[in-house]
Amino acid sequence: MEALIGLLVGAPLLGAAVLLCGGRRLDRTGHWLGTALAAASFVIGLILFIDMLGREAEQRAMHQHLFSWIPVADFRADVAFQLDQLSMTFVLLITGVGTLIHLYSVGYMEHDERRRRFFGYLNLFLAAMLLLVLADNYLLLYFGWEGVGLASYLLIGFWQHKTSAATASKKAFLVNRVGDIGLAIAVMLMFTTFGTFTFGPVLESTGAAGEGKLTAIGLMLLLAACGKSAQVPLQSWLGDAMEGPTPVSALIHAATMVTAGIYLVVRSGAIFNASPDAQLVVVTVGAVTLLYGAIVGCAKDDIKKALAGSTMSQIGYMMLAAGLGPIGYAFAIMHLVTHGFFKAGLFLGAGSVMHGMNDDVDMRKYGGLRKYMPVTFVTFGLGYLAIIGFPGLSGFFSKDMIIEAAFAKGGAQGWILGSCALLGAAITAYYMTRVMILTFFGPERWSKEGPDARHPHESPKSMTIPMIVLAVGSVGAGFVFDLNESFVHWLEPVTALEHGHPPMSAMTITAGTVVALLIGVGTAWAQYGRRPVPVQAPRGSLLTRAARRDLLQDDFNHVVLVKPGEYLTRGLVYLDHKVVDGFVNGTAASFGGLSGRMRRVQNGFVRSYAVSMFGGAVLLLAATLLMRAV
Amino acid sequence: MNPVNYLYLAALLFAIGASGVLVRRNAIVLFMSVELMLNACNLALVTFSRMHGNLDGQIVAFFTMVVAAAEVVVGLAIIVSFFRSRHSASVDDASLMKL
Repeated sequence: MEALIGLLVGAPLLGAAVLLCGGRRLDRTGHWLGTALAAASFVIGLILFIDMLGREAEQRAMHQHLFSWIPVADFRADVAFQLDQLSMTFVLLITGVGTLIHLYSVGYMEHDERRRRFFGYLNLFLAAMLLLVLADNYLLLYFGWEGVGLASYLLIGFWQHKTSAATASKKAFLVNRVGDIGLAIAVMLMFTTFGTFTFGPVLESTGAAGEGKLTAIGLMLLLAACGKSAQVPLQSWLGDAMEGPTPVSALIHAATMVTAGIYLVVRSGAIFNASPDAQLVVVTVGAVTLLYGAIVGCAKDDIKKALAGSTMSQIGYMMLAAGLGPIGYAFAIMHLVTHGFFKAGLFLGAGSVMHGMNDDVDMRKYGGLRKYMPVTFVTFGLGYLAIIGFPGLSGFFSKDMIIEAAFAKGGAQGWILGSCALLGAAITAYYMTRVMILTFFGPERWSKEGPDARHPHESPKSMTIPMIVLAVGSVGAGFVFDLNESFVHWLEPVTALEHGHPPMSAMTITAGTVVALLIGVGTAWAQYGRRPVPVQAPRGSLLTRAARRDLLQDDFNHVVLVKPGEYLTRGLVYLDHKVVDGFVNGTAASFGGLSGRMRRVQNGFVRSYAVSMFGGAVLLLAATLLMRAV
Repeated sequence: MNPVNYLYLAALLFAIGASGVLVRRNAIVLFMSVELMLNACNLALVTFSRMHGNLDGQIVAFFTMVVAAAEVVVGLAIIVSFFRSRHSASVDDASLMKL
């Protein structure tokens, strides 16, 4: 069975190699090859999952050592895989949602002449992401981490003929680089502290290291997680990343890659457990981001950017849960999986809407689409109900657990975090209802004739089937996971479950969540459902205008980072020109001037030479006589 | 007569020759001034020979004459050919390496 683990990564890697090196011969069949290999990976994952279920909870983790990567004296870095319950969850999510999105892309990218390359990149992403979650040491995880970063860069900039897409991919890459430095430093710190970076030894020997060191490692890991998962302060790239094709937004920037940060924090749980300071920073980042993303999501008129704000906010929930320690890890992962279903479904729905509307993304020019796209409407609607936490759907279970766990943190912290989470739930309900109403309800606001005419239509089967599957997942996953707490117990051997004790009963909190949801939905309906929506966005309040500009994140970065950077480089260039080049050029110029003067002596007049000789002879004579005299 | 007087004469002749070389432009006159300097040297050599009572100085004077004769042959030839091409005997016209 262990041998199959390598194949999980191998199948999509093979697909990437064949599709990217195969050339134009594969243009007509390449997309099916890519989809088939993603599906193969999913099937292998399923086989391993069934095999794993057949064993005792403590015996479920599997290891496979492939080869020694960098053996130098005491330093050992191996390519070895570890498949435990946490990795298994990710494997099924990545390959499952990945396969569906491959299928969706077949239809979505049908008219793109570079479709083969697109599928190659998608397979590359799957391979890198699986490597990330299957690695049994931090160095190999880092390799996968960079791999998904590369795939993300390539796919955001897939339509690089658009300047906006090209700059967006560059931005994503650069911001991620800041986080990656954190991961690199964390890995180095681990090596100096523990002498190894294999998960087992590092996480079991946290007691041996001082708390200061563990806090440092924890904060560096958090920096990495912030970059990859678009958490404050490194969140600015996610909104622009929506320039990529919609399946990419669904797979990479909603369901899987952006949750890698959560994986990292949960996987390194032992380090965070031993360092309360680092945990406090994690929950703070989570709480701030969940409100930040939600507020941004409220103001965007671009359907994908509204969803991107929502992704940021939902990952904030997961980060918050992951920072709570053993009472939250399982719920963070549970919300991650349910979010993977409904957010991927929502993005695919958004892609389907764009497909029918000539790639227009402005929601103010939608309206009343439910008649034209019934399947998209129903699947999107189910995803919508799931994300706002409608009782009985998946988002309800996972989000409710996180809010409960936040209150259970205890003391003033618990109250603050719990209230943030509740407030976030209300805002989530507000902005998602806004998206829903603007897109599918109300009068039809698009132009019906003229050069800008839209002819909304339902998408082909290859696109609707994945949406239906994901909608079923969004509806059912939470219920299945919550049944006898099956999901929490499944993860227990990895994340060490503890039950929190909130200061009030679970029923009260659930009731609070539902009230928050109703307030959010009601406000949105009062604002957008009852009144006509202007096609041109109104100026809006100060907060709205700030939220449209991502709460001034880019402006902040520009003033605090970009401008000083520019001045620094300008200063260095000035220094280089004036001082370094100045010294070299000055030396050359002074020698040039000197020789220019010396040259005048060689004037060609015989008599002036004669004077020189005569003068020289007189001087020599005088010197000789003088020496004699002395 | 005191042989030192000959040395004074030699110095005087040399000074005349040297100033001639420095101030005159005509190549022939220049040449004559050089000869004057050479002969001033010869006079000094012969005088020293006499003063010290050996013949070394006189022998060197002979060498000087031979070299001077050879120099005149080559030098005059150059001056003649130079005059043919430039129609001038001024040394200041010969300030270039080529025509």
